[in-house]
Amino acid sequence: MNLILKVWRQKNGQVKGRFETFEAKEVSPEMSFLEMIDLLNETLTQQGIEPIAFDSDCREGICGMCSFVLNGVPHGAQYQPGSAVCQLPMRHFKDGDVLTLEPWRAKAFPVVKDLVCDRSAFDRVIAAGGFVSVNTGGCPDANAIPVRKQDAERAMDAAQCIGCGACVAACKNASAMLFVAAKVSHLATLPQGQIEARERVLNMVGQMDAEGFGNCTNMYECQAVCPKEISVDFIAQMNREYLKAAR
Amino acid sequence: MSLNANIPSGPLAEKWDKHKFDLKLVNPANKRRFSMIVVGSGLAGASAAATLAELGYGVKCFCFQDSPRRAHSIAAQGGINAAKNYPNDGDSIQRLFYDTIKGGDFRSREANVYRLAQISNQIIDQCAAQGVPFAREYGGLLENRSFGGALVSRTFYARGQTGQQLLLGAYQALERQIGLKTVQMFPRTEMLDLVMVDGQTRGIVTRNLLTGRVESHAADAVVLATGGYGNAFYLSTNAIGCNATAIFRAYKKGAFFANPCYTQIHPTCIPVSGDHQSKLTLMSESLRNDGRVWVPKRKGDPRSPDQIPEADRDYYLERKYPTYGNLAPRDIASRAAKQVCDEGRGVGPGGRGVYLDFTEAIERLGKSGVCERYGNLFDMYQRITGEDPYQFPMRIYPAMHYTMGGLWVDYNLMSNLPGLYVIGEANFSDHGANRLGASALMQGLADGYFILPYTLSDALARAGQTKITTDHPEFKKAEKDVQNRLQKFLSIKGKRTVKSFHRELGTLLWENCGMSRNAAGLRKALARIPEIRAEFWRNVNVLGEKEELNQTLEKAGRVADFLEFGELLVQDALHRSESCGGHFREESQTDEGEAKRDDANFSYVAAWEHAGDGKPAVLHKEPLTFDAVQLAARSYK
Ligand SMILES: Cc1cc2nc3c(=O)[nH]c(=O)nc-3n(C[C@H](O)[C@H](O)[C@H](O)COP(=O)(O)OP(=O)(O)OC[C@H]3O[C@@H](n4cnc5c(N)ncnc54)[C@H](O)[C@@H]3O)c2cc1C
Ligand code: FES
Repeated sequence: MNLILKVWRQKNGQVKGRFETFEAKEVSPEMSFLEMIDLLNETLTQQGIEPIAFDSDCREGICGMCSFVLNGVPHGAQYQPGSAVCQLPMRHFKDGDVLTLEPWRAKAFPVVKDLVCDRSAFDRVIAAGGFVSVNTGGCPDANAIPVRKQDAERAMDAAQCIGCGACVAACKNASAMLFVAAKVSHLATLPQGQIEARERVLNMVGQMDAEGFGNCTNMYECQAVCPKEISVDFIAQMNREYLKAAR
Repeated sequence: MSLNANIPSGPLAEKWDKHKFDLKLVNPANKRRFSMIVVGSGLAGASAAATLAELGYGVKCFCFQDSPRRAHSIAAQGGINAAKNYPNDGDSIQRLFYDTIKGGDFRSREANVYRLAQISNQIIDQCAAQGVPFAREYGGLLENRSFGGALVSRTFYARGQTGQQLLLGAYQALERQIGLKTVQMFPRTEMLDLVMVDGQTRGIVTRNLLTGRVESHAADAVVLATGGYGNAFYLSTNAIGCNATAIFRAYKKGAFFANPCYTQIHPTCIPVSGDHQSKLTLMSESLRNDGRVWVPKRKGDPRSPDQIPEADRDYYLERKYPTYGNLAPRDIASRAAKQVCDEGRGVGPGGRGVYLDFTEAIERLGKSGVCERYGNLFDMYQRITGEDPYQFPMRIYPAMHYTMGGLWVDYNLMSNLPGLYVIGEANFSDHGANRLGASALMQGLADGYFILPYTLSDALARAGQTKITTDHPEFKKAEKDVQNRLQKFLSIKGKRTVKSFHRELGTLLWENCGMSRNAAGLRKALARIPEIRAEFWRNVNVLGEKEELNQTLEKAGRVADFLEFGELLVQDALHRSESCGGHFREESQTDEGEAKRDDANFSYVAAWEHAGDGKPAVLHKEPLTFDAVQLAARSYK
């Protein structure tokens, strides 16, 4: 099949960007979305046009590196919910489709080039408290602290966040609540995370605000596009943790 | 030059404790005066950088992704081994040690492997304390499963996302230190050269991938934790960015490259569907706990799998290896799959696939039981293939997966270059000729959390420190070399894309140096690689500029290194005319077609020294001795 792609091109963070139109030819349904762009980039290179810059690494939906908005929705979640764009096969499209590709748009995620943006704000939020303070060595036997199976499962549901930033990109307030809530809830659900629960939530939320992310107004767009389908229930849990801590 | 592995004396079980006692310590107040560079922030790099910083050293850590949380380690699905014996099924340090030595086909060092088995238990404690949400039993204790090559359940896991959770644990420990300003993190920064001053490793040259700035960093020691080189084969289960550049640049500065031909093919991947593909997807080996592998008995049987009755199916792993059955180790299961496909009994498009069937497991555990164990893997399979694995058996085929070769290191994880340490998949040390499942995560974390911080301190305590800055002429020279090389890529302006060269090299390696090899094929590849390389330097097309984000330029550098490294890999494979582990040499097989090892002639580590461009590498041998285990034919029957 052949497709029309309208792609955001921006040389760097200092200059203005614009949409450019390309034709992707001989796309087969087995390709992944990123392989389709690879193919287009090969053709562009042959024509002396600089290839489209986009991030990816694992290409199996787990590293959180790939990140762009497809026809208005992060990761193209309208075509296949619960997956990152690297896992989206071209099977979902048909000949002649017109597709628009844009980078994540949020003040806290400045555009670096084309579809690539800077998500280091997330790392700084983790550095502010998203951990259990244990040094290496001298830890108790892993079975010395039993964890309820239900708690371990719930912690895992939150912990599987891949930190891609789709939640921010989908939110009209560019809020990072789902990301931060996932980490806060992961650790707050486990006995190992209790000791620092109070400082953790205060520090992480403080950093989130400092980075320029907006607030949550319960639109649930984040949950709808999350490639790991992380539930907004965790935002409620984070709010409870925050209230407990701030008291 | 003789290779001294520096293995401590004394009984195997006491070596590490004795060694730790003999290691010199650095006075806490002096630690902050030492600086270290850790290249890589996967399991090995992040755990090492965090631990070194906790001890008080000043650490700079580098990765090419935008965040350390995205290192390739994140993709590991199945699990991590430890000899805890929680399930009370007969496991012990000794047994984990033995399984690993045997699994590696007696081509790894006894002392290293024993230490790995000892440390394995501490890793689980460490990670649980960090809040890694390992799977639990209803009573709240940790749950285990079994993996290929083992008859005990010693694998700890976090759904199908163990690597992710372990890496997030290490990443959080690292971010904690970054927050405390004891680690300076350099994401989107690629190491492009190693700097030696007076025979000591004193730093690296990097390129900032966003601005293109080439910079030098000096330190008292350099640690490479840069992962494996499986992407030399173009198609592999590795992340797109995985590459050999850091270790290959170090090789060119004098570090020995050990056993480059030891690569692992993984038996349970989604088969190749076309030449558009950029990578292959692994289906965790843990699936073989409950899935049964089969092909039709008859060649070219056209029926759909549910129409083929039991009597017409060949459960070939259960038939050939009754003790281990579907849990036969990776090399054995891979080769067996290739054999049935070569016989024309493969399934799916192109006949390069075998069934992995869960019908029986679904009857036994119910769909929900199977879903609880493997749900996300089933989803992933369905997403990629468009088929429902609850309805039809999965189709799988072997793919390039992991590299056991890497830079040579001694017992202290130091290379032959003083001050250069290599950890995780980037070194060659613990897996021999074949890695058993769930052992790479164990090794990466053992190296990073529990071995390197001790052994590195010892070297610093002994060597003291001479101050050096990046103004030193060696840094300036290395920077210039890097700049020239980058400029060269951009100036060629040829007709072919970087990717087309990568694919051509990869296909050549897979066909001639993949699951099975012979001298004729290897010679053919050795003749062809220099031709591809020559064309690359004449005809590659790299657009864009040096001083900006330029992904093609990044790839060009990596592929250029693969084009040289590929030759070393094939040269190593050609010289090792025995079959061992994942490396099946057609000239060396038993009457039954099983791999035949040649202990009399090949019981050594092959460590290659760079002899100058255009000259063949020089072979050094580290003999392997086995005191605690008896060398035996590796049987899983
Ligand atoms: C799909 C898959 C599943 C797997 N499943 C399992 C499993 O279940 N159990 C198991 O034990 N093992 C598994 N493995 C193997 C295991 O994941 C890897 O061997 C291990 O994670 C490697 O860790 P590492 O820290 O050595 O390297 P990596 O995680 O690859 O990290 C490399 C780091 O080096 C950096 N880097 C590389 N080159 C440069 C450079 N030139 N400059 C700067 N930075 C650089 C990267 O940015 C990255 O941070 C799996 C592997 C794959 C591919
Ligand atoms: S590339 Fe890793 S999640 Fe998409």
